[in-house]
Amino acid sequence: MKNLLTLKKYFVKYKTKLILGIIFILISNAGTVYLPILLKDAINDLRNNVSNQQLLKYALFIVGTSIVAGIFRYLIRQTIIVVSREIEYDLRGDFWEHIQKLPLRYFQNNSTGNIMSHATNDINAVRMFIGPAVMYSIDTIVRLIIVVAIMISINFSLTIYSLLPLPILSYGVYRIGKLIHEKYTKIQENFSELTTRAQENFSGIRIIKSYVREANEIKRWNELSKEYLRKNMSLVRIQALIMPILYLITGISIIIVIWIGGGKVINGEMNLGDISAFIVYLGILIWPVIAFGWVMNIIQQGEASMKRLNKILNEPYEIQDLSSADITVKDLKGEIELRNVSFRYSDSLPEVLKNITLKIPIGSSLAIVGHTGSGKTSLINLIPRLYDVTSGSVLIDGKEIKNIPLDVLRTNVAVVQQESFLFSDSVYGNISYGLKEVDKQRVEHAARIANFDKDVESFPKGYETIVGERGITFSGGQKQRASLARALATNPKILILDDSFSAVDTHTEEEILKNLKEFMKDRTSIMISHRISTVKDADNIVVLQNGKIAEQGTHEELVALNGLYADLHYKQLLEKELEELN
Amino acid sequence: MSDKKQDDEILGKAYDSKLMKRLLTYIKPYKKYVVFAIILNVLVAALGPLRPYLTKIAIDDYIVHSNYNGLMLIGAALFVSLLLQAVIQYFLTYYTQYLGQRTLYDIRTQIFEHTQKLALKFFDRTPIGRIVTRATNDVESLSELFSSGIVMVFSDVFIILWILGFMFFMDIPLSFVTLSVLPVLIYGTFLFRKKVRESYRDVRYHLARLNSYMQEHVTGMSVVQIFRKEKDELKKFSEINADHREANIKSIFYYAIFFPTVELLSSVAVALIVWYGGGEIIQSNLTIGILFAFIQYTEMFFRPIRDLSEKYNILQTSMASSERIFKLLDNQTFIKNPENAVKLNGISGKIEFKDVWFAYDDENYVLKNINFNINPGETVAIVGHTGAGKSTLINILTRFYDINKGSILLDGIDIRNVDKRDLRRYISIVLQDVFLFSGLIRSNINMDNDEIGIEKIINAAKTVGADKFISNLPNKYDEEVKERGATLSVGQKQLISFARALAYDPKILILDEATSSIDTETEQLIQTAIEKLLVGRTAIVIAHRLSTIQNADKIIVLHKGEIKEIGNHQELLAKRGIYYRLYQLQYKDQEIAKSN
Repeated sequence: MKNLLTLKKYFVKYKTKLILGIIFILISNAGTVYLPILLKDAINDLRNNVSNQQLLKYALFIVGTSIVAGIFRYLIRQTIIVVSREIEYDLRGDFWEHIQKLPLRYFQNNSTGNIMSHATNDINAVRMFIGPAVMYSIDTIVRLIIVVAIMISINFSLTIYSLLPLPILSYGVYRIGKLIHEKYTKIQENFSELTTRAQENFSGIRIIKSYVREANEIKRWNELSKEYLRKNMSLVRIQALIMPILYLITGISIIIVIWIGGGKVINGEMNLGDISAFIVYLGILIWPVIAFGWVMNIIQQGEASMKRLNKILNEPYEIQDLSSADITVKDLKGEIELRNVSFRYSDSLPEVLKNITLKIPIGSSLAIVGHTGSGKTSLINLIPRLYDVTSGSVLIDGKEIKNIPLDVLRTNVAVVQQESFLFSDSVYGNISYGLKEVDKQRVEHAARIANFDKDVESFPKGYETIVGERGITFSGGQKQRASLARALATNPKILILDDSFSAVDTHTEEEILKNLKEFMKDRTSIMISHRISTVKDADNIVVLQNGKIAEQGTHEELVALNGLYADLHYKQLLEKELEELN
Repeated sequence: MSDKKQDDEILGKAYDSKLMKRLLTYIKPYKKYVVFAIILNVLVAALGPLRPYLTKIAIDDYIVHSNYNGLMLIGAALFVSLLLQAVIQYFLTYYTQYLGQRTLYDIRTQIFEHTQKLALKFFDRTPIGRIVTRATNDVESLSELFSSGIVMVFSDVFIILWILGFMFFMDIPLSFVTLSVLPVLIYGTFLFRKKVRESYRDVRYHLARLNSYMQEHVTGMSVVQIFRKEKDELKKFSEINADHREANIKSIFYYAIFFPTVELLSSVAVALIVWYGGGEIIQSNLTIGILFAFIQYTEMFFRPIRDLSEKYNILQTSMASSERIFKLLDNQTFIKNPENAVKLNGISGKIEFKDVWFAYDDENYVLKNINFNINPGETVAIVGHTGAGKSTLINILTRFYDINKGSILLDGIDIRNVDKRDLRRYISIVLQDVFLFSGLIRSNINMDNDEIGIEKIINAAKTVGADKFISNLPNKYDEEVKERGATLSVGQKQLISFARALAYDPKILILDEATSSIDTETEQLIQTAIEKLLVGRTAIVIAHRLSTIQNADKIIVLHKGEIKEIGNHQELLAKRGIYYRLYQLQYKDQEIAKSN
């Protein structure tokens, strides 16, 4: 239960509504419980000749009590269940606020699906605890106490006998509920396996068809599908128990009342009205008794989910403003220096950057080339502090970036990432993402530099086109140019391009580079690329290999060196010439 | 996202008898069992309503007359009926669920088998997510229809009928009095279902928005952080989150009003019974036992009526899903197999393209008037810019697509007269983007084909030089391939796909050389592997490496869908055309490099 203590502050926040809800539970139960008493008296009176008027009075009382109980039952849901939705809202909001501050590392170690499952399933499980579980447990306890007290007042021994089977029902529901939950989880796993299988098959259909493996794929699918059938049936075996157990146990209680109670009536110990009251009371108790077992499961699941949520909520932010941050820094000029920088993603992983020292003067351009995994992206991620260095230091304008306020740092550094990511918003919205508000002129200007303007104009809705909406899917190249425009629109002092032209054809790329030349005049830029044509005009080119600087110099110098860079250069010439045949 | 929206448009369509008929064909194989289950259901339905009647007998005949033995007897009868109901109910539930799950299995299998037959054209045009949804979620949403819908409808209807039967048998006027609340109950229940469904749709819409917002922003979190948009995004998130909360709170209202109303209605029925029935008892027209039984029946009515209203919902959702499923099953985008296929028993591997024209859309030809021959064992290199038609050439040779004009001959036989499977068995393809399946390294090489044993696998891997890195893996050939080979390098994946092609020992090899940069060491390995692969086979190589091109028996220069030059290295150089220019450039640069 200790994990659920996190929820205390939310409960406190809504304490008025919750207390009201509890009061409503008390009142509505008083009504519900009064009903059988009326019935009992009516039936007892029937045996002693009663007037029609008296009967009408009973009838009206029955309806009246039921109306009162009903109104408060309505109010219970409108308070307690509504509060559960409100707390769910608060909790999800807090969860999101926290998530947003987590470092990139967290998102690379945890899949989107995983985070999503916390935000949906776990929060939902906690919500079930706050709402239904709290409501039913209070309701059950209140009702149980009142009903049992009344039953005892009517006849003590019959109360004991008739209630005897009910704890078994509670326990049964609890155990079965638990089993069902376990089996259900397994079924869900199996289902997602089916989904993955289908996904994989359809994605690789070309290979499957060319190796004529369709029959085998069908066989594998059917096996998995059969396994799914089997797992479902094993759930059914348990699930099918619920109704029969319910019938059986409540039925036995009623039989006990008729049997023993009937005997007592014959002996004159009780009268018929008492027995009918007993039967009705048993009917009233069934649901709370079932709910009790059910609620125990919800509490357990809520606890488990809260534990997972707490784990995330306790994740450290890692990258944030230090107390030593110099708040007088409002702007950056753009001189970058790396001093003996080493970096590893975690203590258990090897270093991906080893002792890098590098200086990028204001207004100059640096290009980085190297094989996949040589450390290029890791290096540039250090500059906007997406990661912090393991050792050494990164300085901008001679100041350690850890001491520059994060806001200032990131506003001045624009990164165009390798995998360009656009939001499902209009083109305007996307390109002006880094701005305080949509500035159409600025957007269009940035689009022009990124050579994206003509594309946008060809869309039916132009800049108002929503990215990813029906029919309009951006090509890889368009996405890259859009995210370049987005970065340019912020007017950064430092521009970092992480292989941002890989999906753009060489011709367009050349034009963009030409446009950028003007734009970059007094800005510092870092550019990663696999293409020699992209990097050859950079002021300085660094070749990374296994996290170390292997070669460094201008294009001409590096070609003359006849090393890694020159090798790459020649390999790409043929490809380039073929493209140019177009 | 947009796919989801489009799919959801087929929603809310009410009952469609044509669809229902087609759905019912799926339970046809189990018809006998269904009938048996229904009969059993009708019988069990009587057991519940029987008990209030037995209680009536207990009260009127035994308790009132102080007959203790009779009371014992009724107690025993009650217990037996209870036990019987519990046991039969258990098996019935199990059984109908089995029927349902079994039917879903059949549908799921049918869908998958159908997709495997569909032509590549279908996969090129349909988002994969959509096909996946058909085979998984859409089938799942039929679950309730088959497992409880069809059979249990009878149970609900018969419970109601049995109750009515017992009531009318005991006292007709009191039955009418009691049933007077029923129309309100039925109307209220169906109205509630409708409202809940509407509000639930609203909740689902907002939940979907919330989820897609989170999905999108978790994926793009680095963009959010780089542009310092955390505060703005939190505001946007809070709005969506609040909409979701409001939609939920709205739906609480319906539940909050419905359950008390039902309780109220049953209280009204009880009040009526007490008032009217009580009056009759005073006049000795009715017994207390009957009154008592009627009170119990009022409680019993509610469940079957609620269930029936739910079944209406089930029907509606299954209509939408089944429509989508049937649409897929009716899709006939096949590459037809010839009726009297020519059997291929070992081929020499001669390929001829005769006046071949091809367009993906029947209009814009991407291949125009292609003519060439490849003799058995020859290697042909195809050179051309992106979009020149190189990949298309592969697609039509393996009959992933059928050509519009002309013919392609294999050993002199038109490939359209050959069984597709036969044809593809002799051709292996190695694509640029290596596709690895989840499973083991071993099963990725033999494509899970038991005919290709571990020795053949290792041999193939050794030949292409993949054995070295595989042997260094902790489980060697049994190492698991995770997330499409995320843990393997590009070069390693290439080598595995070479081994895969080699393991199948094809007569014809189609190779799409990778352009992506690989480290020099692996590059060397791949070069050697390619050389070994080509030995003794007819090969078509979409070439990017000068060495591969130079060594080819024939070079085809493809430009904008047409063959511009064809011949071997020397011939093409002598021609002083496109190829010559390409070669000059490369050669010149390498010469300069050497002199430096």
